[in-house]
Amino acid sequence: MRAFAALLDRLAFTPSRNGKLKLIEDYLREAPDPDRGWALAALTDGLDLRLQARKLIGELMAPRIDPELFRMSRDYVGDTAETVALLWPEGAGDAPAPTLSEIVAALDGADTKEVGHLLEAWFDLLDATGRWALLKLLTGGLRVGVSGRLAKTAASRVGGVDPGEIEELWFGLAPPYRELFAWLDGKAPKPDIGDRAVFRPLMLAHPLEDGDLGKLDPLEFSAEWKWDGIRVQLVAKGEEVRLFSRTGDDIAGAFPDIVSETWGQVVLDGELLVMRGGAIAPFNDLQQRLNRKTVSKKMLKDYPAHIRFYDMLIDDGDDLREQPLAERRRRLVQWFDAQAPNRADLSEPVPFEAFDALEAVWAGTRENGIEGLMLKRDASPYLAGRPKGHWFKWKRAPLTLDTVLMYAQRGSGKRSSYYSDYTFGAWREGEDGGAELVPVGKAYFGFTDEELRELDRWVRNNTVERYGPVRAVKPALVLEVAFDSVHRSTRHKSGVAMRFPRIHRIRWDKPPEEADRLEELISLIDG
Amino acid sequence: MASSSRPETWLYPDARGLYCAPGGFYVDPHRAVDRAVVTHGHGDHARPGNRAVLATPETIEIMKVRYGGEAGRELQALGYGEDIKIGDATVRFAPAGHILGSAQVVIEYDGRRVVASGDYKRRRDPTCRGFEPVTCDVFITEATFGLPVFRHEPDESEIAKLLVSVTAFPERAHLVGVYGLGKCQRLICLLREAGYDRPIYLHGALQNLCDLYQSLGIGLGALEPATGTNKKQMEGEIVMAPPGALRERWSRRLPDPVSVFASGWMRVRQRARQRGIELPLVISDHADWDELTRTIDDTQAPEIWVTHGREDALVHHIGLQGRIGRALALIGREDEDD
Repeated sequence: MRAFAALLDRLAFTPSRNGKLKLIEDYLREAPDPDRGWALAALTDGLDLRLQARKLIGELMAPRIDPELFRMSRDYVGDTAETVALLWPEGAGDAPAPTLSEIVAALDGADTKEVGHLLEAWFDLLDATGRWALLKLLTGGLRVGVSGRLAKTAASRVGGVDPGEIEELWFGLAPPYRELFAWLDGKAPKPDIGDRAVFRPLMLAHPLEDGDLGKLDPLEFSAEWKWDGIRVQLVAKGEEVRLFSRTGDDIAGAFPDIVSETWGQVVLDGELLVMRGGAIAPFNDLQQRLNRKTVSKKMLKDYPAHIRFYDMLIDDGDDLREQPLAERRRRLVQWFDAQAPNRADLSEPVPFEAFDALEAVWAGTRENGIEGLMLKRDASPYLAGRPKGHWFKWKRAPLTLDTVLMYAQRGSGKRSSYYSDYTFGAWREGEDGGAELVPVGKAYFGFTDEELRELDRWVRNNTVERYGPVRAVKPALVLEVAFDSVHRSTRHKSGVAMRFPRIHRIRWDKPPEEADRLEELISLIDG
Repeated sequence: MASSSRPETWLYPDARGLYCAPGGFYVDPHRAVDRAVVTHGHGDHARPGNRAVLATPETIEIMKVRYGGEAGRELQALGYGEDIKIGDATVRFAPAGHILGSAQVVIEYDGRRVVASGDYKRRRDPTCRGFEPVTCDVFITEATFGLPVFRHEPDESEIAKLLVSVTAFPERAHLVGVYGLGKCQRLICLLREAGYDRPIYLHGALQNLCDLYQSLGIGLGALEPATGTNKKQMEGEIVMAPPGALRERWSRRLPDPVSVFASGWMRVRQRARQRGIELPLVISDHADWDELTRTIDDTQAPEIWVTHGREDALVHHIGLQGRIGRALALIGREDEDD
């Protein structure tokens, strides 16, 4: 547990992706089995120890400290679990600290009372970092800024294999992943997961950048709408039907309407939507159905789920992923016609001859639920991850607004010496009738390193006030901000909130009084 | 005439600091006064411009380096354990274990003994003499880390963390934020004791005091200026700088620096996060909670006055022990960077 606790501790403070990868990789190389397997499970959110520990730890702490001192400590630290980890008397135990595997094994099947005794004994043997890490494990959610994908990538580095290979195996393996590590250590062949109903890693698209279109041959590409739902993978083996999110989480429990249908023996790629009377409902309706363990009859009726398929990975045991998209598409249509499934349709191609004509079709379409266009190379195999040059997502041109820089805040990690987070405002009429700036958003990307240096210098030279890591600046610099959409928000002083704001251009040339007004932003609110 | 007047009638805080009336002096005044008794060289205790200053010889030397001609017009050195009469009061210094030259001030008057601790710690420090408890009637204690959550880890394990990280990230520099007087030199000594013998690189602001320590016989090993060395060459090296430099443009000369901060505050995660610290080290020159409470016991003082810090919890604790504890409001103390 000591090594794993040290890893979590370090991860919690490490901002960079590379730094995190290195720390996890080093740990996985050095830790013994099965500890490292349980650790990998914890980092990929696959170690379900979640206990109702909050009340329990309060009860354990009570006889060990004066209640007033506990209250003052809790107020200062701001987190109960951390407070207990810090306050627990040191050195009360006289034995080696428990290993992660011992902890996992002991908790398996223990009731609340037993868990209490176990925790007490373990706390006595661990140090403050160990107690903190144990509480994180038990209360669920490590929150050390590591995604499952990052942890698996770190594991792949141990064996020098492609992360996609681990993704592919992942759902056929179970903690503590002995077979996986034996393979990564070069001591055993790659685990054979057979043809179990497991998640296959998805193929992802690149955003279309300025100038990309000129380099693409329209004859080599097909287009289809980019639907505003969530990406899913349906894996069906007769009765056994599973539905995975794009990260491989099994979300079948929330969609009994989908998994109770008949699909045959397939692995399909598509968009999960809510459909009513043949029309796509707003994304907000779909959100009602997400992140639920169970779902009521009323939910099923009010928000009926539907999948719009666009690709086929496996057809009746036949792995199509090496085949070109055109062939996979043919097989998808063939299957669909033969199976005629309920709650599903196909994402139809959008015919076009030239990209500008396609753009014109797009501009003229009024259908709901379209987020943009997908361009897919007809010859593309189905490759895990985000391979270059095959699939592109072409989103609507962003909205832009000329704003005035108001506050800048220091960034973290590599940017910790730079003022890199910018709060910007738009003009409105103040109470005294004059113009005043009201903050409308915050952005911390969209500029080059060189521009960051210039912005940082400008902020330092134009500071009017400091509040800790934040500086207020003279209202003198115009930032052209791009954003995907804007909606009403009661949480912001301006009453509006932007979606994905980023710095589009720095308008060194523009006088601040010519920046846009709040009313213009409000006029861009959808619907 | 009362045979023993209550200490608060002759030792009390006013606008300039803690004043001893029968001696006519202030302890660590925060504004210039006629006569100052200074516990140690940190800027919030030793201020420039006093007329007469009484301090340990090391503290006098530190004040000269920091303030030059402003250190005070009459500088008088007094070794640990030597008595001196000031007015009607008797004064003596006892080691405080905080930094080089740091002292507790033992004041005796009218049959009563009061000890003003200044800042102190109880654990070993290779750069200064260890704390010696003095039994007294009133003990005036600091309380920088006056909450039971503050329990400093053993120095060796914190230093080991730093060295493990240096090995794990050989292509990055480790930039350690330290207070320039005391913490810097102690950390260097601890690194040397752990077997680290590479040159340690210093921000310019740390050079003078390191030189002083070396001249007073505290070996720090090879030290190099961090400025003017090329970036590539700083990969895998340890660099010390004042805490502010971690976030300033100065740090850009280093290769992808890991920001390290050595301070008792690093015990609480949110404090490390707020500062954007990547590797927090819990190393402090102040007593942690266990040291504070143990010291209060050691002095056997029936009455404890608690100065700067989180005095509420310590006063509460003293009350639970059946002794008298009260907060002593002194202004001008800064503890954020330690």
